[in-house]
Amino acid sequence: MESFSLILAIVVITALAFDFTNGFHDTANAMATTISTGAMKPKAAVAMSAVLNLVGAFLSIEVANTISKGLVDESGIQPEVIFAALVGAILWNLLTWLVGLPSSSSHALMGGLIGATVASAGMGAVHGDVLVTKVLIPAVAAPVVAGVAAMLATRLTYKLGEHTTEKASSKGYRAGQIASAGLVSLAHGTNDAQKTMGIITLALVAGGSLAPDSDPPVWVILSAGLAIAAGTYLGGWRIIRTMGKGLTDLQPQQGFAAQTSAATVILASSHLGFSLSTTHSVSGAVMGAGLGRKGGVVRWSTATRMFVAWGLTLPAAALVAALAEWVTAFGTWGTALVAVFLVASSAAIWVVSRREVVDHTNVNDTDEPAGATEPAGVVTQAVAAVTPPPAGTLTDDLAVTIPAQPDSSSAPAAPAGSTSSSAVV
Amino acid sequence: MHIDWAALGSVFGVSLVVTVVLVGLFVLGVIGLSKRETATASGGSAALATAGAYACFAACVAAVAYGIYLIVA
Repeated sequence: MESFSLILAIVVITALAFDFTNGFHDTANAMATTISTGAMKPKAAVAMSAVLNLVGAFLSIEVANTISKGLVDESGIQPEVIFAALVGAILWNLLTWLVGLPSSSSHALMGGLIGATVASAGMGAVHGDVLVTKVLIPAVAAPVVAGVAAMLATRLTYKLGEHTTEKASSKGYRAGQIASAGLVSLAHGTNDAQKTMGIITLALVAGGSLAPDSDPPVWVILSAGLAIAAGTYLGGWRIIRTMGKGLTDLQPQQGFAAQTSAATVILASSHLGFSLSTTHSVSGAVMGAGLGRKGGVVRWSTATRMFVAWGLTLPAAALVAALAEWVTAFGTWGTALVAVFLVASSAAIWVVSRREVVDHTNVNDTDEPAGATEPAGVVTQAVAAVTPPPAGTLTDDLAVTIPAQPDSSSAPAAPAGSTSSSAVV
Repeated sequence: MHIDWAALGSVFGVSLVVTVVLVGLFVLGVIGLSKRETATASGGSAALATAGAYACFAACVAAVAYGIYLIVA
């Protein structure tokens, strides 16, 4: 680790920041149904998910070892490229969190990698067929597979379980939901924490401080696991609300059928070699469960906004990453500029999010008639709020906000808001 | 371009069957417990229903254990 340059340090910190956003972005996948049906208290649910994510991070390093291979040519990759990719992925994750839409963190990361690679090495460096087989088809297949399975399972549950007593069924479905949510959390830890490990390892190899073909060092595994667990514990309450309440109204039976279907699809797909996105599977399963109950409704307006977000994830992250890569190519000051931009826009998104706080106390509140129109306003607000920073406050909040990131991960629940918000406005 | 339709198909099939079977077993377990409750409430016993319920839940636990095994392996 002698040759641990500044850019490498920045990449590692940014990768951990991405890992953190990945954690709170994907808490919903495991816990939305559990929280919305009341099977677990919100805080207890995210705590359990966080612990299982951490455990999952230590279970294997297989994904980490394969992350860098396949999608882009890794031979010419530079730490700056990885940094630019992470900038795109983080900003997209934060933006979709702000508007409360579940979207795939892996797609954001892939989009970022593709955009940054194209900007630095040209179109030729991206394998188009890998893009179709690993991104597009799974994105369509995941919600369909999980949705059909969840719908049939829900039908079965209501048909068979018509005459069960209230007590037995509420106790039973509660336990069942917790078990399948736990499985999803564990699988998320093994998959997504390892993606960050893979990225950091790739950067270390690219930066020359690690021999090629090395396994991730222990400190990488540990920090990636902790970052994703901290993010999970913070809880992406906005996305949890959308997934648990916004798409459809879930009863315990439906929550159980949806979560079981999602867990099965995730495990079956990764085991059979056709990996499907966790987010897409869970969203599909929730909608399928909504359709499976007699009189159940899926709110297609919310679902449509979610599908649009899915479609935009890869190109949007790619575009931001390509721009970031273009700027970093100007040299050290370019990299610094991108770093400042990342921190400033993250802070701006956070400030906007404080206007309407969603946390564990109100995650299950819905005012759907209002909610159907409101998020559109939030989107425009978000866009309006995200665009200004490059023009306005570029210079002086680097020093303020870089410590703010590890800060918020170590004390997630603290309302540490007022300090950094003043720095941005 | 090579698209692995066979893998996708088997993911679809396996997911569908496993989900429905697992949820079905679980519901049978819940039904068993519910039978026992109504039986004890009316003073009888429902040993068969209870045993069946536990058998169903045991199968579900086994499936979860297999899931964990898949994650670790």
